[in-house]
Amino acid sequence: MRALTQFFKSLFLLELFKGLSLTGRYLFAKKFTVQYPEEKTPQSFRFRGLHALRRYQNGEERCIACKLCEAVCPAMAITIESEERADGTRRTKKYDIDLTKCIFCGFCEESCPVDSIVETRIFEYHGEEREDLYMTKEKLLAVGDKYESQISKDRGEDASYR
Amino acid sequence: MAEIRNYTLNFGPQHPAAHGVLRLILELDGEVVQRADPHIGLLHRGTEKLAEQRTYNQSIGYMDRLDYVSMMCNEHAYCMTIEKLLGVEVPERAQYIRVMFDEVTRILNHLMWLGTHALDVGAMTMFLYCFREREDLMDAYEAVSGARMHASYYRPGGVYRDLPDSMPQYEESQWHTRAQVEENNKNRQGSLLDFLHDFTERFDTYVDEYEQLLTNNRIWKQRLVDIGVVDAERAKQLGFTGPMLRGSGIAWDLRKSQPYEVYDKLEFDIPIGTNGDCYDRYLVRVEEMRQSNRLIKQCISWLRDNPGPVMSDDPKVAAPHREEMKEDMESLIHHFKLFTEGYPVPEGQAYCAVEHPKGEFGTYIISDGANKPFRLKIRAPGFAHISAMDEMVAGHMIADVVTVIGTMDIVFGEIDR
Repeated sequence: MRALTQFFKSLFLLELFKGLSLTGRYLFAKKFTVQYPEEKTPQSFRFRGLHALRRYQNGEERCIACKLCEAVCPAMAITIESEERADGTRRTKKYDIDLTKCIFCGFCEESCPVDSIVETRIFEYHGEEREDLYMTKEKLLAVGDKYESQISKDRGEDASYR
Repeated sequence: MAEIRNYTLNFGPQHPAAHGVLRLILELDGEVVQRADPHIGLLHRGTEKLAEQRTYNQSIGYMDRLDYVSMMCNEHAYCMTIEKLLGVEVPERAQYIRVMFDEVTRILNHLMWLGTHALDVGAMTMFLYCFREREDLMDAYEAVSGARMHASYYRPGGVYRDLPDSMPQYEESQWHTRAQVEENNKNRQGSLLDFLHDFTERFDTYVDEYEQLLTNNRIWKQRLVDIGVVDAERAKQLGFTGPMLRGSGIAWDLRKSQPYEVYDKLEFDIPIGTNGDCYDRYLVRVEEMRQSNRLIKQCISWLRDNPGPVMSDDPKVAAPHREEMKEDMESLIHHFKLFTEGYPVPEGQAYCAVEHPKGEFGTYIISDGANKPFRLKIRAPGFAHISAMDEMVAGHMIADVVTVIGTMDIVFGEIDR
C-alpha cells in the first residue's frame, strides 16, 4: 500500500507542485524590495561608517592629540603628528586615516577621551584613486562639520550604553 | 593502441561554486572523479602571526574575519580563551547575550549555507528566501554592534555594550507610502529583544517553507542522497566536528558535552543523521536552525527579566564607562592604560573551543606574561573537513564535487586564516 501511494505521489509530481505553490504564493505576495538610492534600509545609531573629526560648539577642534586612537588602531591606519599651538594648547599638526587599511572596528571612537574621532553613518563614499581614500585632517573635519547634527544625535542615543 | 590517461581538470579558484578561493585539481576518468586535490592558502592573511604583534583586544576585529559568515562565534572562542587565562568572571547577562548572538550567528551561517548549497545544486529560489531572513538578523547585528558583519562586539570580560532599547525604522519615500512604511516598521517599535522575538515567532514557518521546497524534492534528493557518505567511525578518524560529524550519527556537540556559558541552563536537542550522506547533513543543519531558534527564544525571555551589567567590573580588564572616565582620574588612567598597552595576561596556556556553526572552533593561546599573545593557534573546523575532500568525492561524478563542497560548508577565511 505504501509503495502504491509513493508511486502515485511520484507520478503526479506532488512534491514539485507543493514547492511551486509556495513560490507561486510569493510571486503575488507583497514585495519588500527597498529601492536603494532613493530609499535606504534602517540604520542603527551605532553604525560604524566613514570617520569624522568633531569640533566643540565654539568651533574649536576637539582632538587634543593624545594619540590613543593611533595606539589602539589594530590596522595601524591612523597617523598623528602633534605640536604646541601659539596659544599653548596641544593640537594635531597632522591627523590621517588611511581608509584602505581601516577595518572599521570602532576602537578609535571607543578610545577617544574627548569624543573627537567618531564613525558616522556614511557608508557610500568612494574614491577614484588611492589618495581619495586617504583622509586628512581637513577632510575629516569637513565630514564632521557637515554631519554634526546627526553625529551628536547618535552619540546622545548611545550615551547611556557606553 | 594509444595510452588512455586520466584527464586533469583545474576547478577554481575563481569558480563561483568553489565557495571563495578553493582550487581543486580533479583527476577525471570520463566524468568520474578519481582524485581530488584541494589547494588552499589563497586567502592566507597570517591572522595568527598578526595577533602576536597586537594587544589581546586589538585582535578581536581580526577574529570576525576568520570565518566571515559566523563572526561572533569566532570572537567568542577567542574571548573565552583570554578569560580562562585571566580568570575573569563574565556577568550572567553578558553570558546570555553571547549565547543569544551565538545562536543568531548559527542561523545566519546555516541560512548562508543553505542558500548557497541549494544554489550550487540548482535551486535558485532558496538563495533569495534565505537572504531575506538573513537581512533581519543582520539588522540585529547592526543594532547591537554597529556593523552588519564584522561586529567586534564580544570583549574579554563580557560584551561591549548592552542591547539597545530601540530599533531604527524605515522612512517614507516616493516608493512607499506612510501606511506601507508603518506596516514595515511594525516589528521595529520596541527594543532589539522585541525585534528578535518577532523574528523567532516567524522563523519556524520560514524553515517549514525551506523544507517544503527542498526536503522531498526529487531533484534535491537525487543530487544529495548517498553523495559523500562518511560513516561514523571514519568521521571520527578524519577529525570531523559539528554537523559533519552529527550527520554521520555521532551525537557530539560541545554545547552539551562541555557546556560553556549558560548552555547547561537552556533546553535544546541535538539532531543527528543516520547515513552520513549530504542529505543527512542537510537535515541536521535544518533542524539545528530550529533548535537555535528555540535557544534564542529562551535567551530573550531571560534577558527581558534580568537587567544588569554586561561587562566584568575588573578595572584591569574592562574599560570604564565613559561618564566615569571623564570625571574620575583613576578611571581615566585605566582607560589610557587599557587602550595603549592593554592588559598583561598571566603566563600559561589555554585552549577554549566553542560549538561554531561549522564544528569545533577553538583558539589556543600561549602567554608569556606580556600584553600580547606569545602564540595564537586557531583550530578551524573547515580545515579538517576539506582534508577529507579527496575521500568524499572519489568515485563520484564531477557534478557531485559541487555538492560535496557545499555540504562541507567551506569558508576560506577560517581554513587559510
